[in-house]
Amino acid sequence: MNFRTPTGGAIDRNTVLRFTFNGQALTGHPGDTLASALLANGVHEVGSSVKLGRPRGIVAAGSEDPTSLVQVETPFSEPMLLATTVELFDGLQARGLAGQGRLSPEPDPARYDAKHEHCDVLVVGAGPAGLVAALTAARSGARVVLVDEQNQAGGALLGVDEYLDDRPSAEWVADIVAELRTTPGVLVLERTTAFGMYQDGFVLALQKRTDHLGFAAPASVARQRVWRIRTKQTVLATGAHERPVVFADNDRPGIMLASSARTFLHRYGVLPGWRAVVFTTNDSAYCAAIDLAESGVDIPLIVDARLEAPARLATECAARGIEVRAGHVVTGTEGSARVTGVHVAGQTVPCDTLLVSGGWNPVVNLFSQARGKLRYDSELGAFVPGEELASVRVAGSATGELDLNACARQGRDAGAAAAVAAGFTPGGQVPLPVSDSRCTQRTGLVLWRVPGDEDVSFVDLQRDATVTDVLRATGAGLRSLEHIKRYTTIGTAHDQGKTSGMIAAGIVAEALGVELADQRPTTFRPPYTSVSFAALAGRNRGELHDPVRVTAIHPWHVAHGALFENVGQWKRPWYYPRDGEDLHAAVLRECRAARESVGMMDGSTLGKIDVQGGDAGKFLDMLYTNMMSTVKVGRIRYGVMCGVDGMVIDDGTVIRVGEERFLVTTTTGNAARILDWMEEWLQTEWPHLDVHCTSVTEHWATIPLVGPKSRDVLAAVAPSLDVSNEAFEFMTWQDAVVAGVPARVCRISFSGELAYEINVTAWHGLAVWEALMEAGSPYGITPYGTETMHVLRAEKGYPIIGQETDATVTPQDLGMAWAVSKKKPDFIGKRSFARVENLRTDRKQLVGLLPVDPTVLLPEGSQIVETDRLPEPPVRMLGHVTSSYPSAALGRTFALALVRSGRERIGETLYVPVEDELVPVTVTDSVLYDKEGARRDG
Amino acid sequence: MQLIPCPWCGPREEAEFHYGGQAHVAYPQDPSALSDEEWAQYVFFRENPSGPFAERWSHSAGCRRWFNAVRDTRTHDLLAVYRTDEPMPEVIS
Amino acid sequence: MSSPPGAHLPEHPDFLWENPEPKASYDVVVVGGGGHGLATAYYLAKVHGITNVAVLEKGWLAGGNMARNTTIIRSNYLWDESSGIYEHSLKLWEGLEEDLGYPILFDQRGVLNLAHSLQDVRDSVRRVNANRLNGIDAEWVDPAGVKEICPIVNISPDVRYPVLGATYQPRAGIAKHDYVAWGYARAAHAMGVDLIQNCEVTGLETSGGRITAVETSRGRIAAGKVALCAAGHSSVLAKMVGLRLPLASHPLQALVSELLEPVHPTVVMSNAVHVYVSQAHKGELVMGAGIDSYNGYGQRGSFHIIEQQMAAALELFPIFARAHLLRTWAGIVDVSPDASPIVGLTPVGGLYLNCGWGTGGFKATPGVGDCFAHTIAHDKPHPFNEPFTLERFTTGALVDEHGAAAVAH
Repeated sequence: MNFRTPTGGAIDRNTVLRFTFNGQALTGHPGDTLASALLANGVHEVGSSVKLGRPRGIVAAGSEDPTSLVQVETPFSEPMLLATTVELFDGLQARGLAGQGRLSPEPDPARYDAKHEHCDVLVVGAGPAGLVAALTAARSGARVVLVDEQNQAGGALLGVDEYLDDRPSAEWVADIVAELRTTPGVLVLERTTAFGMYQDGFVLALQKRTDHLGFAAPASVARQRVWRIRTKQTVLATGAHERPVVFADNDRPGIMLASSARTFLHRYGVLPGWRAVVFTTNDSAYCAAIDLAESGVDIPLIVDARLEAPARLATECAARGIEVRAGHVVTGTEGSARVTGVHVAGQTVPCDTLLVSGGWNPVVNLFSQARGKLRYDSELGAFVPGEELASVRVAGSATGELDLNACARQGRDAGAAAAVAAGFTPGGQVPLPVSDSRCTQRTGLVLWRVPGDEDVSFVDLQRDATVTDVLRATGAGLRSLEHIKRYTTIGTAHDQGKTSGMIAAGIVAEALGVELADQRPTTFRPPYTSVSFAALAGRNRGELHDPVRVTAIHPWHVAHGALFENVGQWKRPWYYPRDGEDLHAAVLRECRAARESVGMMDGSTLGKIDVQGGDAGKFLDMLYTNMMSTVKVGRIRYGVMCGVDGMVIDDGTVIRVGEERFLVTTTTGNAARILDWMEEWLQTEWPHLDVHCTSVTEHWATIPLVGPKSRDVLAAVAPSLDVSNEAFEFMTWQDAVVAGVPARVCRISFSGELAYEINVTAWHGLAVWEALMEAGSPYGITPYGTETMHVLRAEKGYPIIGQETDATVTPQDLGMAWAVSKKKPDFIGKRSFARVENLRTDRKQLVGLLPVDPTVLLPEGSQIVETDRLPEPPVRMLGHVTSSYPSAALGRTFALALVRSGRERIGETLYVPVEDELVPVTVTDSVLYDKEGARRDG
Repeated sequence: MQLIPCPWCGPREEAEFHYGGQAHVAYPQDPSALSDEEWAQYVFFRENPSGPFAERWSHSAGCRRWFNAVRDTRTHDLLAVYRTDEPMPEVIS
Repeated sequence: MSSPPGAHLPEHPDFLWENPEPKASYDVVVVGGGGHGLATAYYLAKVHGITNVAVLEKGWLAGGNMARNTTIIRSNYLWDESSGIYEHSLKLWEGLEEDLGYPILFDQRGVLNLAHSLQDVRDSVRRVNANRLNGIDAEWVDPAGVKEICPIVNISPDVRYPVLGATYQPRAGIAKHDYVAWGYARAAHAMGVDLIQNCEVTGLETSGGRITAVETSRGRIAAGKVALCAAGHSSVLAKMVGLRLPLASHPLQALVSELLEPVHPTVVMSNAVHVYVSQAHKGELVMGAGIDSYNGYGQRGSFHIIEQQMAAALELFPIFARAHLLRTWAGIVDVSPDASPIVGLTPVGGLYLNCGWGTGGFKATPGVGDCFAHTIAHDKPHPFNEPFTLERFTTGALVDEHGAAAVAH
């Protein structure tokens, strides 16, 4: 059956859109929502309720609807959308939901993005108040943003057929929008819902850019956009939601808010049914009744809960043959999938539609999010803004004002005040519209519910929460609305209680015999309407989730089959497998090359900080546990840094470039943190020091050239450099020309082998790397990755900060007391070394572990126990394995570990539980290879 | 997201800043002269008021300068910003 | 259409508690009517027979962090001290529904803690091994194992931070936070504890180094002993007796989606990308965000934290793309320097402290309630909370759970 009116509505009747609902093929028109198209086809039952499985229909025409939940299946499946906010498109497929949606396992192909916008005045809501506010502000020259959740401006005017200033209201709206659009500095955003209001004028809004286009949506356009609006002043013209009255069996499809029925009629040319009873507590529903009657709907009865019906409207009804029964209420309904009758005064009035109006709730969500206090308006039966905020103004029916002209006046005042507060002078005054509406809105009777079967008197239609539930909650001893909300679940569904919250509060107040004015409403939390996760994630997904940092030499690593390890944001070569090699095979080969001939790695990710100034040495003396001011120009010192708590936070080499200049290296992952650490001390504690720090990490490509043949390789590419041990000592650096480019060469070693660290500008990194590869080819030069680096250093007992340490380890624990200056009066962390806990002799200390069976590889992270048999838990643990590898140089496996009283235990046998076994291990010194340091000089 | 008036750059989004906790906690002149209790107070204990709080911020994604602010921890309203070498200004909250 | 699976929650009892006027005096006044305060009162009454107890709550019972957390329960902490108290708590959780006679929806659906880097893997394996030796169920699972336990986790190696494996604690899970609080409240009330709401403590009265009374918005209440269970407001209360605490109160945000058909059978946490998510009983996705960096008592955070959270969540769970954010909120967490709590005596006689739980307080509710009640009753810490003294910050005997627990939820 067709419920479409012959004319009227903002729909394109010449175009037919095909869609399916629950598999049924239906049609509608551009301009329809899914809800209006369903109603046009006579479909009221959309889904079913989540708990009781009762049929659920369409209650409201907009985003406040508590019931019309659908799963939209095309062009991509999306759960839990309201039929009332889904714009119809050709090929739409949807199905009704029982309160739960379904996530598609397919990847969402859509794009999402975000945009920052700055303005002087943000106006939320493009109804009469918002439009006048926006235009008033715009005429002052202020930058204005106007957002509105509908696909066109007009707000409540879209749902009526009023004339403003003797012409259709749409023309009045169009004129204002046209002026706004042509005013420089003004941005009008449709389909854009301001959903969150935060600190300092920060407002989040979601724009639905392509959803209405369906299959025609261009893939290149972001489907939804989050607007991050920073505004000086905000005008909230967010309107009001009509609320129902609760009565027995008030949940049947076909029971609809009166103003929503009017909206379906005027905006979409759709009749809700052929025979509609109206139940109201105020005047506004009369207009719906009269409009529907004039469109051919039989209105047998208006039930007005007030003792007296409004005389003029009653006369108009009488003229149309509509009976008005004042002083009556609806006590129940009949039907199942659709209402079929209404109980009034013991009689059943047959009908297919029941229109309800219980008054109006101003939309104060954003005002409340802005921390505005609310006040209960007993005449309105609703919470309204109860104070003025410095940068947030409210206008229109969001204040509780229901008269159009007055709403527009509020908009004009708010727009002007906002412009002035933002530093502008109001321009030409916007004339206020005069309406021809027959409904001079005035407040009605506050009525929350009609006594009746409380088990089927639904307060929250989506949550199946009834009056019985509310009364059980108060009966259980609950007094706070927050408790009652949680006990009953009222207001926790997709609609967050837009139509039910106030009624629940009213019923509670009645039940407890308290004044609503003394009650605090439950908190309005963002978002105002639901926002997809993908929209909030925006572009920060996939490759853009977190920046990928790569070195200048990275393409070579990729070309040569390296596998990569994420270290912080960096991609570092992990190892370079050759045909068929696994990690261990590759690493044994790489290690062997470095120990026996020559290997090299890309060390460019190492953090590098240029520290300059007259007090640089003094400054570094405070940050490092050892002395840095005494390092001579041309020399290098290894250093350890601690936090104030005395725990190791980083290590690295410090090279003295000049009298007033040091180059400090940090671990890859800590580079930014250490620079911040330096800046914090410099700026907040020692601003008098003459020191400047600059990150130079990415200026340099750094290539450690490692192994007994490294000297020969370097000599081949740096003919002007004397690479002899005498001319180029360990822990010194020299500037030289390497492979034809200026380089800084440091003689440092993280492997114990003869090694040179070649630093060149990043620009030349790849060329120098390739030159070294070529020069090293006679020696079988082997590139190696982080894993081999880890093995080589572990064989020498060198810790890796973050692997051997975990923020509970001191330099002494690492066996690095030698790196802790006894001469310096103070340095960061020093005082903490004297605490009780630090003085204990049974602290965990870094030692080596050799499995008794030299082929057994201990899993890293294994725990260590004292006995060869495990007692019942809890088992006393002595420490854990921090690093563990097979070693080519040692011809066996080995591990590093933190062990309680570890150094005292050298020589002892301890046990490592590995799955169901206890693996015996011998505790050793942490240095397992070349203890004498004989290999350092080649 | 708070709008933080960096004294050097002007108002910027909170995401550009790094928080540094309580301001005006000077590194002790001579840590070795402190008792364990006094040292622990410096290392671990900070004021944590509900109300105006003098605290440190760094404009880490901007000018990288540290500065102090007085912020009401109840409302998160910034009441004043000032240089690290200035005393805490009087604020009305 | 019939009702979808999981849409039902069990009914609450017809009676919960009365709302008495405060008496002039109590043996024990518990300040803070959240989960910890209510549990403490319950165990004081049940285990120690101390029933002349008032729980003072400045707002509505369990309306602070108890109402705002993401309800994850687990005990797979690294250090022995933490394992002790959290495992004690988990064991109590396992019998709590019966103990309280309240359907708390405790569901041991397991928790996965994902590892995304080689160091994450080492740390995770270390924690698993420590857990096992401490008698806590824990296993290391590889990416395929992760997929088997939670099929919707993206284990592709091609993502920015691939999943390299996870620790799995099968006995971990979730519970319904309100039900837990109300279960404790109802049971405590039934044993004679007075639950007094809208009663803000404005002062602590001492005499001769001993606590004697609390000043409240509803008048002076004399107290033999006072137990602080005020989470984010602990510093403010302690300051009333001149006690400084090593705490910073931060906003911590969380969020929930609409109801969705079951897709997520367990709890997944990832410290590296700051995601922790479960699907609650009715079908909503419950997710926690990272801590806002600044001190704040405003119970609201900054939205970019939520946006970052969503981006991280979609990296791990692409299926969540078109789920919808329905509601966000924030609690105030009291963060200690070592991410471990402070539970025990104070320099003021008869004043006891339970705070510093940061983001981890919910799971500890039964355990700390029991231990704190013991501490109050005997004026001596229970062995499980003995390590968590205030003095540890002086001696340096910290229980640093940052390393392995990062944001320790």
